[in-house]
Amino acid sequence: MFSEELEKISWDETTERILAKTDADVRRALSKEHCDVEDFMALVSPAAEPYLETMARLSRKYTEERFGKTVSMFIPLYITNSCTNSCVYCGFHISNPMRRTILTEEEIENEYKAIKKLAPFENLLIVTGENPAKAGVPYLARALDLAKPYFSNLKIEVMPLKTEEYEELTRHGMNGVICFQETYNKAHYNIYHPRGMKSKFEWRLNGFDRMGQAGVHSIGMGVLIGLEKEWRTDITMMAYHLRYLQKHYWRTKYSVNFPRMRPSENGGFQPNVVMTDRELAQVTFAMRIFDHDVDISYSTREPAAIRDHMATLGVTTMSAESKTEPGGYYTYPQALEQFHVSDERTAVEVEKALKRAGREPVWKDWDASFDLKACRHA
Amino acid sequence: MEKLVIAGREFTSRLFLGTGKFNSNDLMAQAIKASGTEMVTVAMKRIELEDKEDDMLRHITAPDIQLLPNTSGVRNAEEAVFAAQMAREAFGTNWLKLEIHPDPRYLLPDSTETLKATEQLVKMGFVVLPYCQADPTLCKHLEEAGAATVMPLGAPIGTNKGLQTRDFLRIIIEQSNVPVVVDAGIGAPSHAAEAMEMGASACLVNTAIAVAGDPVAMAEAFKQAVEAGRRAYEAGLGLQADNFVAEASSPLTAFLDE
Amino acid sequence: MKIKVNNKEVETAASSVAALVEELSLPAQGVAVAVDNRLVSRADWKDYALKEGMSLVVIKAACGG
Repeated sequence: MFSEELEKISWDETTERILAKTDADVRRALSKEHCDVEDFMALVSPAAEPYLETMARLSRKYTEERFGKTVSMFIPLYITNSCTNSCVYCGFHISNPMRRTILTEEEIENEYKAIKKLAPFENLLIVTGENPAKAGVPYLARALDLAKPYFSNLKIEVMPLKTEEYEELTRHGMNGVICFQETYNKAHYNIYHPRGMKSKFEWRLNGFDRMGQAGVHSIGMGVLIGLEKEWRTDITMMAYHLRYLQKHYWRTKYSVNFPRMRPSENGGFQPNVVMTDRELAQVTFAMRIFDHDVDISYSTREPAAIRDHMATLGVTTMSAESKTEPGGYYTYPQALEQFHVSDERTAVEVEKALKRAGREPVWKDWDASFDLKACRHA
Repeated sequence: MEKLVIAGREFTSRLFLGTGKFNSNDLMAQAIKASGTEMVTVAMKRIELEDKEDDMLRHITAPDIQLLPNTSGVRNAEEAVFAAQMAREAFGTNWLKLEIHPDPRYLLPDSTETLKATEQLVKMGFVVLPYCQADPTLCKHLEEAGAATVMPLGAPIGTNKGLQTRDFLRIIIEQSNVPVVVDAGIGAPSHAAEAMEMGASACLVNTAIAVAGDPVAMAEAFKQAVEAGRRAYEAGLGLQADNFVAEASSPLTAFLDE
Repeated sequence: MKIKVNNKEVETAASSVAALVEELSLPAQGVAVAVDNRLVSRADWKDYALKEGMSLVVIKAACGG
């Protein structure tokens, strides 16, 4: 389990090592076709800032080699905002006195139909809060079953599950799981996640091993930028985690996310650090140079201009026209959202912009027709 | 240099030696000594009744040397299991270099039979070091079956062509949770050094030493090459490629300044 | 009594595997014996009776990579 590996990696020492990286370290990392985590540290370090253009060029080269000039499109659907956690930065925080919604089967299906009218989406991400009693695995299984006629690739972003639960959902057509560790700094983790199941650092961290053991096809990881001031260290820990998972669960495809929190305008949680556009670009290039094959995903949290440019330089997966509230596409178009969307363009507008930038949006890049586990159940 | 650990046994030397093709057992013994190796392969053959030849084991047995019996001559998993049992009895070790090559011409390892035999032999308590194709997926399967190392080939055996499979070896090394020993094809110390610089855990060399003009001097040259390559790997190599060609006139990151 | 050793017919007076090993004056180490394709471990050599027509495989250490 990765928790044992992480114990061996000191947060403070890693931070020091990153800050001590030199120009020579960066040049050495850039000259390698295959970087290790030590090289990754150099690439995200301040010493690499003068090399941003070189990094962009390399990142684009590796991305085009592996992915061609494509961007895979997906859309998230929140089916419930009911949540027993109290993450201090999240709109679905348990003590937030908002109306809680658990979409009914009919409502879920209406959402699917509404999504299909926006654009030819085939990649669906089903999102929930954490309320296993009211919206647990059977509910998710039902949502997956209902989605199958509409979408060819189903991912979930929900609470960490048991191995056998991941297996169960795979039989209901689930192709992938996204789960953000949010931060790898164990010492601070409970400041942000004080109560509920999400306060259990190891349970969440080792969820990725459970996904791997369950044979989940695709695993998405993430660090929430804005929690830890030392975001370079946090992302480096994710790089370690990625390498670990690739070695142990080598049949799985991985994606990484590092969404940026923005300063809150309505007096909510203020991020401890705000990452600049340059820094976001540097991290994105560093990740691509470190791993030529990993999917790098940008959500609509990022502004349109950044998304359009970065789609040509390293980003390979994007959402579009996302609503971050349950039923936001049809049932409850006005409900309270989990976080604020920056890129508010329609999917069709995003598609046009990507095409102008010389990128082909891919709506369907997976078909489960040979996946016997998923087919047998259908 | 970091020590190599295979199945709980520590090795200071990362050079493994094969014992085939030497002109004499004396020469072989001297080469083993000069190489500093701690792991030596040994084969089995059916006795000839009138045969009174010198006992080769006598020349290689030493407390700091791990004998690694091979299964050379077997053509499938079933024969390999039989040979392994004979080897365990004959040499008093459960270590085994599993090699299954039904093809007598190029002696290329049979992937399906090798995987099958690895699964069975691990269950029987053997420490299995399979000689295999430089196939990253196969190596993951072997690892999952419980192989103690994987031993992908650098080039067809005996060809001395070096790391013809380098791109695949690199992937195997990157993905492996067990030591990766490059076996077959290493024809010169520079090939061994290259494998070690890439991060291979060890090299197995035979022909290149045994048929050299002076096998003892060559054994020492390989010893130095393997050490140099390993030290270079641990030290972290310097610039490897020129990624710093002139910047484009219209920079890709200009949008960040807007 | 006639038995086969490594596919060759041999006339022997040995009544056990141990006696045969002695008769063939094999090296003290690096030898293994199988009868009808089943390994006979060294500890059982003394008690393993040879019978007419048995087929033995006897191997010893050899050079190899």
